[in-house]
Amino acid sequence: MIVRPKHQRLVLVSLALLAVGGAVMLAMWGLSDRAAYFVTPTDIAAGKAAGGQAIRLGGMVEKGSLRREADGVTIHFTVSDLTAKTPVRYRGITPDLFQEGSGVVAEGRMEGRLFVADTILAKHDERYMPPQMAGAVTKPAR
Amino acid sequence: MIAEAGLAALWLAAALAALQFALALGAGGAEGRALATIRGVAVAQGLLTLAAFAALVILFLRTDLSVLLVAENSHADKPWLYKFAGTWGNHEGSMLLWVTVLAIAGAVVALFERHLDERTLGFSLAAQAALALGFFAFLLFASNPFERLNPAPAAGRGLNPLLQDPGLAFHPPTLYLGYVGLSVAFSLAVGALVTRDVGPALARAMRPWVLGAWVLLTLGITAGSYWAYYELGWGGWWFWDPVENASLMPWLAATALLHSLNVLAARGGLRAWTMMLALVAFSMSMVGTFLVRSGILTSVHAFAVDPTRGSFILVLLTLYIGAALALFAVRIATVKEGAPFDPLSREGALVANNLFLSVILGIVLIGTLYPLIAEAATGEKLSVGPPYFNATAGPLALILAALMMIGPQLRWRRDRGPMLQRLAPGIVVAVATLVATLLLAPSISLLSRLGLALGAGLVPASLAPLAGRALRRTPLATWGMCIAHLGVAAALIGMASDSAFTREKLTTAVPGDRIEVGPWLVELRSIRPVAGPNWTALEAELRASKGAGVSVLKTQSRYFTEPVTTTNEAAIETDWNGQLYAVLGAEDVATGRWQVRLWWKPFVTLIWLGGALIGLGGLLALIGRWWRAFRTRRRFVEAEW
Repeated sequence: MIVRPKHQRLVLVSLALLAVGGAVMLAMWGLSDRAAYFVTPTDIAAGKAAGGQAIRLGGMVEKGSLRREADGVTIHFTVSDLTAKTPVRYRGITPDLFQEGSGVVAEGRMEGRLFVADTILAKHDERYMPPQMAGAVTKPAR
Repeated sequence: MIAEAGLAALWLAAALAALQFALALGAGGAEGRALATIRGVAVAQGLLTLAAFAALVILFLRTDLSVLLVAENSHADKPWLYKFAGTWGNHEGSMLLWVTVLAIAGAVVALFERHLDERTLGFSLAAQAALALGFFAFLLFASNPFERLNPAPAAGRGLNPLLQDPGLAFHPPTLYLGYVGLSVAFSLAVGALVTRDVGPALARAMRPWVLGAWVLLTLGITAGSYWAYYELGWGGWWFWDPVENASLMPWLAATALLHSLNVLAARGGLRAWTMMLALVAFSMSMVGTFLVRSGILTSVHAFAVDPTRGSFILVLLTLYIGAALALFAVRIATVKEGAPFDPLSREGALVANNLFLSVILGIVLIGTLYPLIAEAATGEKLSVGPPYFNATAGPLALILAALMMIGPQLRWRRDRGPMLQRLAPGIVVAVATLVATLLLAPSISLLSRLGLALGAGLVPASLAPLAGRALRRTPLATWGMCIAHLGVAAALIGMASDSAFTREKLTTAVPGDRIEVGPWLVELRSIRPVAGPNWTALEAELRASKGAGVSVLKTQSRYFTEPVTTTNEAAIETDWNGQLYAVLGAEDVATGRWQVRLWWKPFVTLIWLGGALIGLGGLLALIGRWWRAFRTRRRFVEAEW
């Protein structure tokens, strides 16, 4: 059956609205539990990060905290925002300019009191510091 | 002197854009002599902008440190290619490139568009001038690339070494040509809405621009993905980084537009719909520019952290998108109805294509903007990454792939023919692949399993429109469609195979150690220092073997002094059935062992091969349409004789 033109426009407009609505619904559903919140050690100390949820932890790698496990590829270090500290474990090759005393953003989740990182982002140099990290390091307490 | 000349050219071009806008509006769209004047102004504007851009290129090639931009982003010791590419490796320069492409696109439309109704063209040139004017103002008032620095420093600060790569030389210009090529579709849609002249002629005028822009976006995204893959050393090819999304969104809109334009050109249908997509496509380009250039993103691409620039682009964005949508709302009721069609028809399938692409676009747009909105509304900082995009956009992309197996084989208007026979090859291959993966690889994820099955089924299905035709007589546009769809199949198989079958090994080693990964046995031979033009590095030599034959891989950890940075250079060995990917990490000072990370990625190359095929398909369609237009014109001339 060929749809009459008047009806056809109506059908197409409804389909378009349905698509927009569908996209919004789907996005809201996806965002409800898949957005990774950016937290600082202070937030974690205040109990803001639930265990198991994907989060981004930002701060400075504390001087003298970096140590390597016997396997050579798992590292432990402490992220500090000058008011609180969070211990971090990461397995992998650390990125360019990841070092003690530098800024870092780690993606991962809390396992008990330990932050287990899947990905580590370090700043490339002082001019390319991500805005989120700049905020975390210069304004430690919120 | 060159800097001042460049700045003057820029001011003059801006003045011409204002003149062009006023002339076209004043003459009510302009016909005849008035249009000829406007065409001339548009061409002059394009040439002046090009001159300004050339001036900046010269300043960078000479490393003129008395220019602030050069001093902050370049260094006399850099290889010349990176001095050249460094012109657009920064905020001001890349915006100048953007505007240059915009002005030249306007000039080309003004020069060569002869088939479109003259009044529509006049209003379109007014719209193009209005776009250019806003971005000229942005350059002149908020991002002047020619600003002087007094006194001049002794040495420049250098370019971010991550960006020091041959890929950088061509990646941004390709993407910008694509982004800004869509501005012509936007302007033509505005012109047609003003004169209420939406029809096949407009679609035919718009199509080469959309096709060309889409080809360049496709190639730009593909190249960018490969660049991220080998340069970042993370083994991934797509990170759902906001900057990647900024290029994906115009691509999605342009893909939808490309398909609906065919309905408008061939059947006169989907008029309102196509105009909407034309407005959305360039709006997405502007949103992308805003996201990247406002510096509000966490990314290596984010150059500027200057709130006035962000607000400036945001104002332009709101102004243009708001005005275009208002025009659309006012005029759309008066646009004529398109030709009717059956739901089961080529048009019906293309509507489905458009709907799914639009939903994916919406999801990517919301996911990309959500962190900004959330931070503005609640002060909460968050990021949206692969878990969200894969879970929402992934299944929709698979449905779209399934529809691609059917759509191109349907007839226009209505299709009553037997369906099963036509669809059988694709379905048989897809089901066979599904069964094979269930038996041979029971543990892979559902999404990759369906991706493999649909990708495999899409191979025969995308070639089906060629079956039973005289191949030499088949129009190039049809070839283009089949090759582009085949490219989608290849890319889909590559993505699914990479996520399902990748083997990874992360370990430490000393020279002489052997590491097994997938079918490969990799031996670390040596680690020694090497030096490049403006870097020094530690280079690991790896010997990889798989049965017979040995390949040598050299991966480096590079150290740059201007500015001080280290980067990991991955080594990649490409085989017919995949890639071996190696990265050298740091030395464990206590034990003297080196970190080594290896990946075996079966058929990962199909991702970029697919992207290249998609681009090639678009290119063939573009050439085919040109050739056909050229031949009809010639025949027309012969007939007049």
